[in-house]
Amino acid sequence: MSYNKVFSIISSFICIFYGQYIKAQISGEFQTEAQYYIKDTITSSIEVPQKAMMNAYFNINYTYSNFNAGLRYESYQGPLIGYDTRYQGSGIAYRQITYTGQYFEITAGNFYEQYGNGMILRTYEDRNLGYDNSIDGIKLKLFPYKGIIAKALWGTQRFFWQKSPGIIRGFDAEISLNELSEKLDSLKTKIISGFSFVSKYQKDLDPIYILPENVAAMSGRLRITRGNITLSGEYAYKYNDPSTDNNKIYKPGQALLLNIIYAKKGLGFIIAAKRSDNMSFRSDRTATGNVLNINYLPVLAKEQYYSFATMYPLVTQINGEIGFQTQFIYTFKKASKIGGKYGTSITIAYDRTNSLKKNILPDSTFMGYASKFLSIGKDVYFETTTLEIRKKMSKSLNTIFSFINIIHNQSVLLGHIGEPIIYAKVAVADIVWRISDYKTLKYEFQHLWTHQDKKNWAGLQIEYTIAPKWFFNIGDQYNYANSDQNRRIHYYTSGVGYVHTATRFMFSYGRHREGVVCVGGVCRNMPAYNGFSISIISSF
Amino acid sequence: MIISRKLLFLLLLVLYPFIIISQIETKKNINACILPKVNIKTLSGENFNTSNISNEGKPIIINFWATNCKPCVKELSVIADLYDYWQAETGVKIVAVSVDDSKTMFNVAPFVNGKGWEYEFYLDPNGDFKRAMNVNMIPHTFIINSDKEIVWQHVSYTEGDELQYIEVVKNILREQINDNNDIQQIDKENIDDIINE
Repeated sequence: MSYNKVFSIISSFICIFYGQYIKAQISGEFQTEAQYYIKDTITSSIEVPQKAMMNAYFNINYTYSNFNAGLRYESYQGPLIGYDTRYQGSGIAYRQITYTGQYFEITAGNFYEQYGNGMILRTYEDRNLGYDNSIDGIKLKLFPYKGIIAKALWGTQRFFWQKSPGIIRGFDAEISLNELSEKLDSLKTKIISGFSFVSKYQKDLDPIYILPENVAAMSGRLRITRGNITLSGEYAYKYNDPSTDNNKIYKPGQALLLNIIYAKKGLGFIIAAKRSDNMSFRSDRTATGNVLNINYLPVLAKEQYYSFATMYPLVTQINGEIGFQTQFIYTFKKASKIGGKYGTSITIAYDRTNSLKKNILPDSTFMGYASKFLSIGKDVYFETTTLEIRKKMSKSLNTIFSFINIIHNQSVLLGHIGEPIIYAKVAVADIVWRISDYKTLKYEFQHLWTHQDKKNWAGLQIEYTIAPKWFFNIGDQYNYANSDQNRRIHYYTSGVGYVHTATRFMFSYGRHREGVVCVGGVCRNMPAYNGFSISIISSF
Repeated sequence: MIISRKLLFLLLLVLYPFIIISQIETKKNINACILPKVNIKTLSGENFNTSNISNEGKPIIINFWATNCKPCVKELSVIADLYDYWQAETGVKIVAVSVDDSKTMFNVAPFVNGKGWEYEFYLDPNGDFKRAMNVNMIPHTFIINSDKEIVWQHVSYTEGDELQYIEVVKNILREQINDNNDIQQIDKENIDDIINE
């Protein structure tokens, strides 16, 4: 008998065996982006000696019965421009195993978790930001009774390829009153309440100060819904935590988040307010930047998606800010006077964030400053007013018109000390023409007006798509009014992409302007660059 | 010649695990992954386990989206115009899972109501379900059958993709009808056997 026959017999036997008995599930995802940089004297983009760099992530999930195991390999071969260079290297950045029973779930290894709104604990991963503050340790979840969930965790945080010097311990309990019994469930008012406690430990090695080695933070939350109205609030308190962020003051921190929501079909309204004061909470008191954050302080600003509207973003001020936001969304019915044949929807949003009103205290108190809880400081940090109209003109023509007014305090938000406040207006016309069922042509016109910073910009992006596989785009952003004639630069981009089910491949070329990439107030700086890029994402 | 055969055999042995993996892979594609069980939240903030997502044996489209994601909002707006027709024709249900974080998750209820969308909505504010479903970019759409198997998925959105979704849904229904016919056929044969005995 030839080797091939032996092999094929063994092979088919094992395959049949595996086919019968493997009930485990393997799934995962893969993401990579590689960029090739070209020297560009016009934009004075930074030079890259390696010429090409790459970020890659490979994630695999294995599930068998009540067990789940996950592993993520990351490789940064010269992290892409704009990512923290401390990521340089490759390795297993995440691995965990979880067992889920009827009343409990236990995880060993790396995990992501959020308590309430995350104001005292939130760990998450955002590859756009190069952000990963996962905790490595043990996490326990208990489901003792319907409507009650208790969670506990213990571990250290990811710091690029190392671990935080501090240890984090946390506990959270949430009770959904109406779920406790059928009688409560029949009530019109729904109440959910929660409490969290998080403590960090870091050894005091400071030669001068006596620093608290254990710092605790706690928060309570309540949510009441009746009919179309929801009221929700969370208050967080952090004990004294002298750190590099707060300039080593012994003042405790606090934060409050309130939301009032009204929602019924065709109409939505929200008003939200937030105050945070000295709420930086990290697993290393000397850390700065987007690293080792234990908590997350949500910013109250409408998230914009057009590129000129994101040029001047709100960056979370961890030492303190006070803000409010309101948003109104309404859809005019089809075949009504304003709604037209196909319906029209409008969004009106306004938000504003100011400084806290602070009275500076003498150094001898070590408290830094005093601040009344409801007083608003006079410095504007950020303000936007947004009007968006979406109207389907005909069966094949869809339009979005957007107007955004922005006030941006760049000296505070971006550290451009001494630079004036930016007053900018952005107008967008987004027109989608569906040529046939599968072919679409999209035009996106944008214009930005400002007398500050780099003055006016104009932009056009054209995209042609053939669903469900292909897309092609070309675009230009032109800083035509820059006061420096030599800086009136065209930022051209072009790209082609191919999608096959859960795999997307994209090749692009372009000159990219410098800017700030933000997701929810967490931002990273993006220097100007020019070059080619290949990106692949795939889930399996 | 013998040496080269030995070499070939060795090579095949080395490659063996990969062949096995590829077999499992193929098998997985045929049998597909089951929807993972993860705790997410309803729009009113109550806990909800994804194992409770159901549609009385009919296909379900699960869509991951966010209020600040332009193509996602476009996709759900386009489908909103077709949804009544889709439901009447196939009975499909759309489950829209928002991955808005704590900054914008309170906006989701007024947003979807303001738009007048009629999908089944859930919140996944810290991405637990998103991670379990291996979603790395939104929008990401999954189609699951009556056995809660993920039979199809698609990443990104462009106008026209929705026509493919409904085709996949119809294919699932066709297969279900064929399977039912097969089962009925088997039952009939069994009955015939019993009668003959």
